[in-house]
Amino acid sequence: MIGVLSYLIFFATVASILSIAVLGLNLQWGNTGLFNGGVVAFFGAGAYGTLILGGIPQDGLIGGFQLPYLIALFGGMVIAGIVAWVVGLLTLRLRHDYLAIATFGVAVAFENLVRNAAILGGAQGIRGFERPLRDLFESALAYNAAFFVFVLTLLILTYLFLERLIASPFGRLLRAIREDETAAQSLGKSPSRVRLTAFIAGSVIMGLAGGLYATFYAFISPQDVLPILTFQIWAMLIVGGAGNNKGAVMGTFLIWAAWTASGWALSRFAPLEVQLYTGSIQFVLIGFVIVGMLMWRPQGLFPEKLVVSQSAAAKR
Amino acid sequence: MIQNIVDGFLVGSILSLGAIGLTMAMHMLRFANFSHAELLSVGAYAALVFDALFSALLPVIDAAIGPLSLTWALTLATLVSMVITGLSAILIDKLVFKRVRAKGGELSMVFASFGVAMIIRNILGLIFGLDPVLYSQEIVFAIVVSREPFLLVKPDQVFTLIAALVIMFILHLVLSRTTFGYSLRAVAENPTLAQVSGINLNRMIVLIWLIGGGLAAAAGVFYGLTNQINPVLGRDLVLPIFAATIVGGIGSIYGAVLGGFLVGLASNLALVILPSGYSPAVPFLIILAVLVIRPHGLFGEERA
Repeated sequence: MIGVLSYLIFFATVASILSIAVLGLNLQWGNTGLFNGGVVAFFGAGAYGTLILGGIPQDGLIGGFQLPYLIALFGGMVIAGIVAWVVGLLTLRLRHDYLAIATFGVAVAFENLVRNAAILGGAQGIRGFERPLRDLFESALAYNAAFFVFVLTLLILTYLFLERLIASPFGRLLRAIREDETAAQSLGKSPSRVRLTAFIAGSVIMGLAGGLYATFYAFISPQDVLPILTFQIWAMLIVGGAGNNKGAVMGTFLIWAAWTASGWALSRFAPLEVQLYTGSIQFVLIGFVIVGMLMWRPQGLFPEKLVVSQSAAAKR
Repeated sequence: MIQNIVDGFLVGSILSLGAIGLTMAMHMLRFANFSHAELLSVGAYAALVFDALFSALLPVIDAAIGPLSLTWALTLATLVSMVITGLSAILIDKLVFKRVRAKGGELSMVFASFGVAMIIRNILGLIFGLDPVLYSQEIVFAIVVSREPFLLVKPDQVFTLIAALVIMFILHLVLSRTTFGYSLRAVAENPTLAQVSGINLNRMIVLIWLIGGGLAAAAGVFYGLTNQINPVLGRDLVLPIFAATIVGGIGSIYGAVLGGFLVGLASNLALVILPSGYSPAVPFLIILAVLVIRPHGLFGEERA
């Protein structure tokens, strides 16, 4: 019973953390139409940033500044924002392919950097992070439950913030630019500036998710920032429904459950010689889910509710 | 240093072949196709299968040509593979991209291509295993061209470079001397006007996939010949090939050729100053540099 409970908390924590990242992507893709092919770079920047700023000093590693936890978490978000600012500044004025390629590139470069740079932990990653307030709790289970509440609170706050944001004039502007850039421009709006703001904001939210993820495991390594994570986060958004924050969260829990369940089923029931290929089989399955969704239900399971005009919104 | 330059040219010729097809498809269908590099893997593995088949059917042709490790069987298999890969590219377009195009915007296509890449790469891994394979188990020794400065070249590498240049020259002739070439350039410049002039747009799209797939297959075989074949070949080459198209300017075929060589050279020269572990990140630095200095590439045109 305790085992089931602690697994449920574990599952819900990871799914909630991923939900935050998916919400960040939804701001970029769903609301603004920006293709971010390198979610892991921003997720990873937040994760590494948090552990470097808040961790204890270690031989040969950069950082270990032992900053208070919330400041370290915030610092990780800032680092993710800076990476987004550089990439966005260079690509957002150009046609959309450039952003897709450059963000994909930044993810490859990020993984390559943390894998090779010894001061960032190299292939072993950064270990030995002291999780905040760990001493206050007797058992690991109680601590994990409390951490889950913390993550859930941040998820709800992020959700409310984004709901407010997209209902605000700024959110209307984002949709206007997504739907018709020229028309928005003719009204005196600057699409590239607005897009850059949305891109950075979305990436900062991904950085928050990364920071929480690293805190939860008290560890981060290049294995955690592989391109497959970008793909999973995208799958969650597409299945849930781009443009709809509720859909984004539902999609995350659904895909993460399907992913863990398929991994468990393959390791449990598949013959031994197939086990080596578990990853490949899962990747093919998730690939088919994505392509199938895009072909048959591109709006996702929970489509965006398009508000055509103010008066139409009032009538509903 | 000189070794890096020579290696850079060799890698560059492979990247160029891959980038030509990518830049054409990106220009015509207006989406960054992340699955293009997987066509190199498809081509490399298709050639592997037909090489084994031809060698078994006609053992005579399983003899190495001159000093190369390349056999007549593999040469024949490469040609078959180019056709098969071209047809697979058309099939993928019919099955996936065409439907997504009809359903949604251009940007869904980018993500669909992510999914297609994931499916192809992992199915290849499931069929052929995750370990690298080689076309020939025979060891072909590199020839010492000069000792001072030290330069090693394998006969296969020289052949690859020459063959790639010949293929590009043939493509140049087709583009500049045939009606098809004119139509292609017309469609690239102004699709509506081209259609009014009686050019069938859908047929051009099919031909672009066929050519792009064929060139990618050749690139894949050449990569396998000078390195090794593995299921993540496409994953490793996707960024350098994208970098080549951006350096050349998206849509420019000659730009893609030049871009391929530039990226190949720059990546190898970067190894002079950087530890080799960082080489996968170099294409990204090249992309950033181009975006800062000349956002539309060497031959690209400004287009929203």
